[in-house]
Amino acid sequence: MARMKFLCDADRCIECNACVTACKNEHEVPWGINRRRVVTINDGKPGERSISVACMHCSDAPCKAVCPVDCFYQTAEGIVLHNKDLCIGCGYCFYACPFGAPQYPQAGNFGTRGKMDKCTFCAGGPDPDHSEAEYKKYGRNRIAEGKLPLCAEMCSTKALLAGDGDRVSDIYRERVVARGFGSGAWGWGTAYQMKSGS
Amino acid sequence: MTSWCKAALAALTLMLGLAAAGMPARAADTTSAGAPAGTHQLNTGADADVWRAIRQGVQGTSSLPNPRAGVLIQSEGESWRALRNGPIATYGAWALAGILVVLVLFFLFRGRIRLDAPATGRTVQRFNALERGTHWLTAGSFIVLALTGLNVLYGRWVLLPVIGPEAFAALTGWGKLAHNYLGFAFMAGVLVTFLLWVRHNIPERADLTWFAQAGGLFSKNVHPEAKKFNAGQKVIFWATVLGGAGLGFTGLALLFPFSFGGLQDMQLYQMIHAVIALAMAVIIIGHIYIGSVGMEGAFDAMGSGQVEEEWAREHHALWLAEVKGERIDPRPHGHHAPAE
Ligand code: HEM
Ligand code: SF4
Ligand code: SF4
Repeated sequence: MARMKFLCDADRCIECNACVTACKNEHEVPWGINRRRVVTINDGKPGERSISVACMHCSDAPCKAVCPVDCFYQTAEGIVLHNKDLCIGCGYCFYACPFGAPQYPQAGNFGTRGKMDKCTFCAGGPDPDHSEAEYKKYGRNRIAEGKLPLCAEMCSTKALLAGDGDRVSDIYRERVVARGFGSGAWGWGTAYQMKSGS
Repeated sequence: MTSWCKAALAALTLMLGLAAAGMPARAADTTSAGAPAGTHQLNTGADADVWRAIRQGVQGTSSLPNPRAGVLIQSEGESWRALRNGPIATYGAWALAGILVVLVLFFLFRGRIRLDAPATGRTVQRFNALERGTHWLTAGSFIVLALTGLNVLYGRWVLLPVIGPEAFAALTGWGKLAHNYLGFAFMAGVLVTFLLWVRHNIPERADLTWFAQAGGLFSKNVHPEAKKFNAGQKVIFWATVLGGAGLGFTGLALLFPFSFGGLQDMQLYQMIHAVIALAMAVIIIGHIYIGSVGMEGAFDAMGSGQVEEEWAREHHALWLAEVKGERIDPRPHGHHAPAE
């Protein structure tokens, strides 16, 4: 069984934000929520690097571990999804997440933050595949259509890779060998290292 | 429990492996036996520093208005998870179970503490309506806050398997709302409690005697003298006032995210909130016991506000003398022959 992973090749990302836009459009993500974002380190200075980041679908996911209502689940392919019908908007998953992935429709907790929203690896949620309810809450389910995440598909420089972790690292390894250098598979240590399970 | 252990272990590994983790990725995931190459082929030395800085939480820029969007990795979340799901939850559970066991043992060993002398049939007023109202405002809100708060911490392990995910999520959602709003009732209650009673709760010499005799809790006919509040009650008072202030502050910080600090502060406030809440729950369970089943006549003080005179003489001799305008009996266990 494939283990789905994201990899952003920081030697390629040009901070065009196509992935961010593609994601927002594909899933009709509400205003104020960005499931994916591009961060630039050393902007305008030597050694500038840009990285596109979203939920990394961690092994032994921290969000899943702290959720008071236990509303996360991990698919057989390692994709971390959650059930918005159960979420109480407590914000704990955001405290735990290393990548700042969980987002909320409201800023304040007084009353509520609203239901948590995050990247689904374009795999929808617990509602029936391709249902109206699933689309409204989680966006399109491309995985069920046999497709991979749109952000990576739209990436202009193919910096962002998404798919079976073995294939992704093969592609990345080939690149590194061909060009003679590489900054490393960014975030993999945090997301997948030292962690048990799928 | 096993996942807590795993989390704690992960935190340990995280701390020990901080230096190692600072390095760019090493994909040790079992499913990707072939780690991405290039890890050891960094083109410049500066690069390694950049990756290490990112791993340690350095902030870049992003085009989003969200001020926290620039952080790529915050490792503190893993420590927060490990501490909250680990020691805080585990020791908290032991403490809660511990106090229950202690109280059951105490009840079996000592039984209900009854009056040592026959009741007089006369009563004196101990707490007026304002004092009782404040007490029940604080107590009522505390109980709901404690139950809903403990549900956030433990419900997933205790209640969810029993009532199922949908019912549990609905309950926890309502519980969260109750927790968020009743916090203000509790804070008001603690504030008025403080104003009403602080002058009766200043520590003094007699408190040492009270402690030395363990308040007479363990033996019949031993009744160290006390004014309006004995040393044990003073401990409860200060635990409530200080604990309540701590819970109120950290609770407000959780209620208005990022108004009192950044993400790491939020994690810290959350943990402080949980620790104080657990400690207070343990203390208050003891308080509830002694104020109800544990001692004959105690509940009336907060019920009708009128206590039996003999009860007052045994437990608050100096206060009773004050109320009745008597001279204070100098004898240490002076409930046997009050000057009347
Ligand atoms: C004084 C006013 C208080 C305020 C404003 C307050 C607020 C909060 C907030 C915002 C949370 C985060 C979870 C949520 O959104 O529901 C929380 C959690 C919690 N509160 Fe309170 N709270 C207060 C008093 C108390 C009291 C009196 C107790 C019980 C003794 C308590 C026990 C807890 C517990 C156990 C948690 C969960 C901790 C965890 O999950 O690790 N709180 N509180
Ligand atoms: S990146 Fe964050 S939200 Fe995604 S699985 Fe990991 S901890 Fe959960
Ligand atoms: S915000 Fe929702 S998904 Fe996140 S921990 Fe709280 S209940 Fe779970």
